[in-house]
This record gives sequence, C-alpha cells and structure tokens, in this order.
Amino acid sequence: MLRQLRVALRTGVVTEPPAREAEVERLGASLAAEIRTRFGRSLAIRQVDAGSCNGCELEIGGLTGPHYDLERFGLHFVASPRHADCLLVTGPVTRNMAEALRRTFYATPDPKIVIAAGDCAGDGGIFRGSYAVIGGVREIVPVDALIPGCPPSPAALLAGLLDALGRPR
Amino acid sequence: MDALFLSVLQTLVIALGAPLLVGTLRTLKARLVGRRGPVPWQPFLDLRKLLGKTPVVSETTSWVFRATPYVLVGAMLVAALAAPVLTSRPPLAFAGILLLMSLFLLGTFFLALAGLDAGSAFGGMGSSRGVTVAGLAEPTVMLAVFALALRASTTNLGGIVERVTIEPLLAVNPAHLLAFAAFFIVMLAETGRLPVDNPATHLELTMIHEAMILEYSGRHLALVEWASAMKLLLFLTLLANLFFPWGVPADVAPPALLLGLLALAGKLALLAIALAALETTIAKLRLFRVPELLAGSFALAVLSVSAVFLLR
Amino acid sequence: MPALVYALTALLGAAAAATGVAGMLGAPWTLRVDWLVPLGGLALEMDPLAGLFVALVGAAAVPVSVYAIGYAGRERQGCLAYAVFVAAMLVVPLAANVMTFALAWELMSLASYVLVLDGARAGRQPAASAHAGWVYAVMTHAGLACLLAGMLLLTAWTGSARFADWAAAAPTLSAESRSLVWALLALGFATKAGGVPLHVWLPLAHPAAPSHVSALMSGVMIKLGIYGLLRASFVWLAPALPWWGATLLLVGAVSAVTGVLYAIVDRDLKRLLAFSSIENVGIVLVGTGAALAFAAAALPMLALLALAAALYHVVNHAAFKSLLFMAAGSVLHGTGTRDMEALGGLIKRQPWTAACFLVGAVAIAGLPPLNGFVSEWLTFQALLQNIQLPNPTMNLVFALAIAGLALAAGLAVAAFVKAFGITFLALPRSDAAAGAHEAPVLMRVAMVATAAACAALALGASAVVPALAAVAATLVPAPTPITVGAWLTLDISGDFASLSVPAVAVALAGGVLLPVLLLVVARARPRVRRYETWGCGRLLQTARMEYTATAFADPFTRVFDFFYRPATRLDVDVHPESRFFVRRIRYENPTRFIVDEWLYRPVVRVLRAAARRAAVVQSGSPNLYLAYVLVALLLLLLVA
Repeated sequence: MLRQLRVALRTGVVTEPPAREAEVERLGASLAAEIRTRFGRSLAIRQVDAGSCNGCELEIGGLTGPHYDLERFGLHFVASPRHADCLLVTGPVTRNMAEALRRTFYATPDPKIVIAAGDCAGDGGIFRGSYAVIGGVREIVPVDALIPGCPPSPAALLAGLLDALGRPR
Repeated sequence: MDALFLSVLQTLVIALGAPLLVGTLRTLKARLVGRRGPVPWQPFLDLRKLLGKTPVVSETTSWVFRATPYVLVGAMLVAALAAPVLTSRPPLAFAGILLLMSLFLLGTFFLALAGLDAGSAFGGMGSSRGVTVAGLAEPTVMLAVFALALRASTTNLGGIVERVTIEPLLAVNPAHLLAFAAFFIVMLAETGRLPVDNPATHLELTMIHEAMILEYSGRHLALVEWASAMKLLLFLTLLANLFFPWGVPADVAPPALLLGLLALAGKLALLAIALAALETTIAKLRLFRVPELLAGSFALAVLSVSAVFLLR
Repeated sequence: MPALVYALTALLGAAAAATGVAGMLGAPWTLRVDWLVPLGGLALEMDPLAGLFVALVGAAAVPVSVYAIGYAGRERQGCLAYAVFVAAMLVVPLAANVMTFALAWELMSLASYVLVLDGARAGRQPAASAHAGWVYAVMTHAGLACLLAGMLLLTAWTGSARFADWAAAAPTLSAESRSLVWALLALGFATKAGGVPLHVWLPLAHPAAPSHVSALMSGVMIKLGIYGLLRASFVWLAPALPWWGATLLLVGAVSAVTGVLYAIVDRDLKRLLAFSSIENVGIVLVGTGAALAFAAAALPMLALLALAAALYHVVNHAAFKSLLFMAAGSVLHGTGTRDMEALGGLIKRQPWTAACFLVGAVAIAGLPPLNGFVSEWLTFQALLQNIQLPNPTMNLVFALAIAGLALAAGLAVAAFVKAFGITFLALPRSDAAAGAHEAPVLMRVAMVATAAACAALALGASAVVPALAAVAATLVPAPTPITVGAWLTLDISGDFASLSVPAVAVALAGGVLLPVLLLVVARARPRVRRYETWGCGRLLQTARMEYTATAFADPFTRVFDFFYRPATRLDVDVHPESRFFVRRIRYENPTRFIVDEWLYRPVVRVLRAAARRAAVVQSGSPNLYLAYVLVALLLLLLVA
C-alpha cells in the first residue's frame, strides 16, 4: 500500500494537453449556444453500445485514464441514463439494439444531447447494408454531433467532445 | 441571537463545505493516480447543471420516491445543527451522538424505501445491501459512544468535546484511539467509501449506495447527492472534532469562530488526504466480507471500552 | 349486534383509560367483594402502577374496538370473547389477591385462545390453526403453572394470599426463598411476555388471530407479563438481588436480537410483526433488568431512570404495534393475503393504510422524531451509566446488553424497510394485490387516531416521561433523575444527556421545507416527466423483476447463517432423454428455528418417552386397578 503511494507520488501527473484540431460533424439537433451554457463546465456522459465491435469502447475507455483524463474538463461517465446529459452512442445500431437505444434516449432527462462516435455510428460504417444493421444512430434518435473514425483515437474523441461542447481548449 | 447566528453560519458551512469536500477528495484521488482530475469545486457545477434538468420519474414509483430527497436533506441539515462543527456546543445544544446516528438512519431508511419504490432489481439490491451494512454498523457506534461517554460522563456532544479540550492529552489515550479507529471504519461503511462501497463504480452489481439512486434525476438527484456529501462532511467533522477537539472554541465570538473554522479545515484536510490515500490503494471488499470488516471494528470498539475500564 | 358489542367495549376502554389515569395521578382505591370469588374473594386495588396498565389497556382498546367494528362488525363469532378478553385484561393489573389474579389471568388466556382458534380456522388451514392454538394453550398454561407455584409458595410462607401482605413480609424471607419464587414467577410472566426461549407461541398465535385481536395481544396482553414482572420484582419480593437484573438483561438482549433476526427473514406480514414484538419485549426486559441491577446495587436514581424508560417503551410499543397490526389487518382485508411475496404496490390502492403503516414503521424503527426513538434513547441513557456499578461482571453484562440492543435497533430498520417496501411499494406481485381495496372508514379512523397518538407520545415526551417516572417512583423511591428544561428539553441525570423532541421535530420540518424553498429560489425546473423504470433498455418490466421479500433478506441469511441454519434443498428435474435439458428446478432454503430445535424438540421427545413409559400403568385390566386400590389402602393405613 505504501509502495503504491510512493510510486504514485514519484510519477506525478502525466496528463497531456488535448489536441488542437478536432474532426467533428455538427448535425445541429440542438442549439450550440444552449449546449455551451448548460453543459460547458459539467457534462455527464452515458455510453451506449448499439451493437458496436467494441473498438470504439476501448478507445473511449482510454479517456478515463491518466493521459487523456476527461474529468479535468468536468466531463464524467455515469452508469444510469437518468444521471446523464449526453448519450455517447457507438455502433451501427443493430436491429436488436434499436429499441433499447430508443428507451435509453427517453430515459434520459431533458435537455440532453446525443453524440455519435465512430464511423459505424454515423452511417453504419463497414457494416452498412447488412441485414442485421439499421445504419447510423440518426435513424433512431436525433444526433447533435458525430465524431468520425474507425475507431477514433482517444485524443480525437476528447477533442471532438470538447468541440461539440464549444469549449475553448 | 447568538444561537441564531451560529445556526445559520454552521448550516452554511456544512451545506457549502460538503460539495467542496467531495470535489477535493476526487481531485486528490485523481492526483494520486497521475491524473490532473477535476477542479475541487466541480460538484457545485454539477449541482447547478442538475437543477436545470427536468427530472424523469418512473410510473412505478409513489410519493415516497419524490419525498425522499427532501427528507434526506432535512435530516442532514438537522444533523448539521446538532454536530460540534464550529464550537464545542452546537446550536441544538442538547444533541448527543445517539440523535445524530438516528438522523443518519432516518436518511438510510427513506433512501432504501426509494430504492425499492422503482421496482427494479438494482434498487432492491442496493436497498437490501445498504440496510445490511447500516444495521451491522450500529453496535460499533453504540460501543464507541459508550467509550466516549464513560470518559466524559455525558453523551452530550458538547460535553464530550469540552472534556477532551480540558484535558488535551486524553486524545492520545489508547481507549480514545481505539474508539477513533472503530469509528473510522464505521464512517467508511456509512458514507459508502472504499473498501465497503465504491462511489465511482459503474457496475451495478458492485453498488450499494449508488444502486439506490439510479432512478433519480434532475433536482431530485441534486438533493440526494448534496445530502450524501453532507453526510460525509458530518462524519469527518465528528471524527475530527469529537476525537481531536484541539482548536474548537467554546464561545461564539467571531475571531474564535474563524479560528475554529480554520482548525476544522486543517483537520478535514488531513482526514481527506488519509481517506484519498486509503481509497486509492485499497480494493473494494466483496459484499459478504464487509460484515467481517464491521465485526473487526466492533472488536476495536469492545477493546476501547475495556481500555476505559482498565485504565480508569 | 357484533358492532354493538365492539362499540360497548370501546366505551369500556375509554372509561378504563380515564380511571387508570386517575389512578396514576394518585387516587388509590380498593374494592372487596368477598362472596364473588372462592378462596379469598374478589379484591381489586388501584395504585399508580396498576393505573398505568389499566389506562394502557383501556386506551389501546378504544381504537382497536372501533377498528373491529369495521373489520369484523358483521361476524357474530368472536365478539363476546373479545369483550371478555378486554374486560379480563382490565382486571389483571387491579387484582389484589391470588384468586382474583389467577381468575382474571386465566380468563384472559382462554378468551384469547378462543379468538386465536377462530381466526386460525378462518384462515382455512386446519392443521396449522390447530397447531397454533395448541402451542398457545400449552405455553400459556405452563406459564400459569409456574405462576401459581410461585404464588402458592409465597402464600404458604407469608400466611396470606393478599398482595399487600406479601410486600410487607418480603424482607423477612430469606434470599434463597425469594430467589426461588422470583424464578418461578419470572418464568411464568416471561412466557406471557414472550421472552426468548419462551416465545414460541407468539409467532404462531399472533398471526393466526384476527387482526384486531392480534393488535391487542401484541400491544397490551404481553405487556401484562411485564406488569407481573415489575410487581413481583419490585413489590412482592423486594429488595432485589443482583442476579435477577443480570438474568433479565441477558434474556432481554437475546430476545431483542433473536426477535428481529427472525422478523427480517419472514415473508408473512403478521408473523414479521409478531417477531418484532418479541424484539420490543426484549428492549423492555433490558430496561427492567437494568432497573433491577441498579436497585440491587443501591443506585435508586438510575433504577428509576431505567424503569421509566421501560415503562415508556411499554406505552410506545402498545401504540405503534397496535397501529401496525391494524394496518396489516387492513392489507389482509383488502387483498386476502398476508404473504409479502404476493403483495406490492398497495400504496396506490390503499393510500391511507400505507401512510399509517409508514408512521408505525418509522416509529418502531426508532427513528426521530417519533416515539420509538425517544424510548430507545432513554433506555440507552440508563444503560450507559452503568459505570457506577461496582461489580465488573455487571459492567460486562451491561456492555453486552448495549451491544445487543444496538444491533437489534439497526436490524429493526432493515426489517421495517422490508415490511413497508415489499408490501406497499413498486408493482403488485399478484392479482390479489393488484385488485386491493382500501379499508372502510371506521378502520381508517382508528388507524389515523393511533398514528396521531404515536406522534403525540413523542412530542409530549416532556410531559409523559416525568409522569411515568412518578409511577416508577412508587416502585423505586428516589428523587427523579428526569427534569424538564428550556424548550421542553428532557434532562437526564443532570447533564448526562438531554433531548428536546419538539425541537427536533420543528428542525426536521424546517429542514425538509428548506430545500423546497431553495429549489424555488434557484429556479430549478419545476415539472417532471413520467416514463418507465430504467431497466437497461429491457423491453418489458413486470413484477417478476422486482426484489422479493426473500431476496431482500438474503444478505442477512448469509451473514447470520450460523443462527438461521438454513436447510438448503435443491431438486433439479431433467428431461428423460437428455440431462442437459432442465425441466424444473425447485430450490428451498428455509431457515430453522434453533430454539425450537435445540430446546423444545428434545424436551417434547423426553416427555413423550416418559409418557409412554408411564402409560404402562394404564393397562386396562380391572384386576390390576383393584390391586392398585389395595396397595394404596395399605399404604394409607401404614402412614396414618
């Protein structure tokens, strides 16, 4: 226990500053100004896996680590959509997950935003046209922003989230 | 007039200090794992954001669900008036530890009911586990109270604080330190910190307190989060001021109050650092190992009482 | 007609309550009717302690009788037995000689036995109802046997059957003889009160009886056992011996913990309440034991404090337990079942019942600002001052009692979260619960009145507790350690402890309203949106997904498995053609009652074996019987 504390204190803070450029497609379902005032300093994110291959989830998982640390911007992940302001949806939305995604959307209190992460969440990605896939989160719930990538790196995700919130870096 | 001024000031200190404490704990824990972490006043921003959201309330719930956040906050505010925060005699001068612990139990009772009200398995699980832990922590609390009351010949909180203030070396008496250790473990159990419960977990099967509040949103969630922050602050204040009341003034004069506030802030900072270090290095216990931990704290309390008798 | 009988009983109760209060405040009287009862005549005597218990029975009988008009007003069966039951309970505290006491006691037991059988038969489970009645009859008569043995010994040694003479003659008896009599009387009264291990009849009889009868049985009948203990220990056999107090402390602590542990795992709502009564009797026994221990150690002020705490808990328990049983009866009336696994969601169908049950649950869980909290607080304050006792063994016993009581208090919170939460909240688990109807007006009036009484007993603590201390002072003369200070604060033993219930209540009310105001000031979004419960996007939510009563108690079953000793049984039915296809799984994990298994079953087995041996004497042959007569005659001639 003490050894762990010693290592921690010796290593110090390893968080990197976020990337300058962000690739985000604004889909404009909510007013950008309102998002900025409401969620600029505090955003609770509920991640929804709508049939993804989990590549995006692994990259999202990196956001909570020491290098990318999204908590320093007031963003944090929550377990229940009731606690959430933002649904971070990945995956092409398989037919089995469509209703679940819709219910999660309605379970989230207003005002809320939906951010689609990854190419699959945009239009189905490499699974587009499959019999099991609907093809893009915007077919099920209104989407405010899309962060492209297959998968998007944690730096891209972080930059994209901050840009969607209108946060100056 | 003095009592009214002290009441308002003490309520403000607890009400505003609680989110700051929780935020500071999160920042400390983040720094200890190499992250920058959120700013210490982040919980204030979270609470303000929550107030602007429209709550979603389940159709399965009843008025108990909607009343619970207010009962929780009410119980914590009364506890704030009953605890020796700024002065040795709190505004509710008659308050003893039993009243404080019963107020916390009142909050747990209603929160457990709210967890059951939604009719989901998560809520039921959280309620079931939450009342188990709360119930098993009670004997330890009573024996720790007994040890303190024996020494001070009173169960009145102000009396206990003053007794140690008169004889400062009493604070490092073995019986006193054992009671402190027992009460520390009870604090971990009652406020849902590691190793009993992980406040930052997302896995419902590992939740105790969080599982009961999964259905809350908007202003209700803000009140519930605020109440649990106040509970943590009150427990740490008790640990600081009951067991080590150095710097707790007896009178209500503003300079003395300022000194009391600074002393409390210093002690809370030390406790927060210790708690953050503990939470960062220790893993969460399996639920069915928690009673063993509480039995250990009970053993410490028994030792403390025996020490008081033996070292009389 | 039955409604008239119940109404008359209510009036009797009100009159008795008034008489009792008058007696408490110091207006003693006696009544002798020599020809009415053989062997001593009817003798009634009113003193403050008797007044308290008469007032208690009377005050409890009023709302319960009103409730009974609504609950059983159309059923002929049982109304006369009920009236006799209440009348007998009113006579027991007033009885001033052995015969009056024994008659009243037996009448009370017989009337309740008839009512238990009635209620059990109505439940349409003939075997179980016969068993409940049988166990109740056996235990209550075993207790009566002990009582009579003790009382007859005292009569023989003091030469009089009048209680007043016993009080005068007690100091002349030796300590061993007083201890023997005390042990017999304590066994008898503890059986009636329901102390472990003599409690086995309570969880069978109280659920079986109709709800208004259960309310009185749990609320006041078991308190008459406490009354007897107090009379015996402080009046008939004074001065007390230390081991009496220690025994009651240990029995009380064990009863408290055992009762609540069994309450937590129970799925029958009324049996849960019955076990909770055992827990509360344990708390009262702890207070009584502490009073005895302090009295034996020549600490009369502390003895007075402990005794006042015990009396206060007696009164409070009568209030909230009768409320809880009335609410449980309303549930049974509205749904037809007591099984919590079939209930749920009743708060929407029976809002008044739910609100009353919630008040009772908060009170019995010992939460501020209701009355259970105040009496438990008072008991703890008495126990925490035990350092003044010189004997370290007694200090240890007190420490055990404190720990046991604290555990019981914590677990009681869990038990009543379960009782209220599973029964009233979330979704109904069966059609019976889904179609429940609210109780009729009279039942609601009775419940609301009792709930108001609980609140009044708490808020008026600064009046009630000193009054009870005055009653206790007639048993343990001492200056009172309970004073009333500013803001209606109760001060205990000087500055040892203080509490102002009105201040706490006002502060709580303010604390609950303050966030409402704050939210308005902070301009929080005022409305809510209704949607389904969060179920991870699941497509359907039914009552099968809720937590069940058994599931809620599961952590306790695991933590205390050395106590419950569950007998797990798992039967898996597989398809005959392939063991990988399971047709049915049957899982049973019932808890076992260790007192029944370790104490009663062996005793009953020994008795049966002895009876079988003794049955040889009854051979059925007349020649043998004539031989018995001859032998007996010869013996008599020799001896005479």
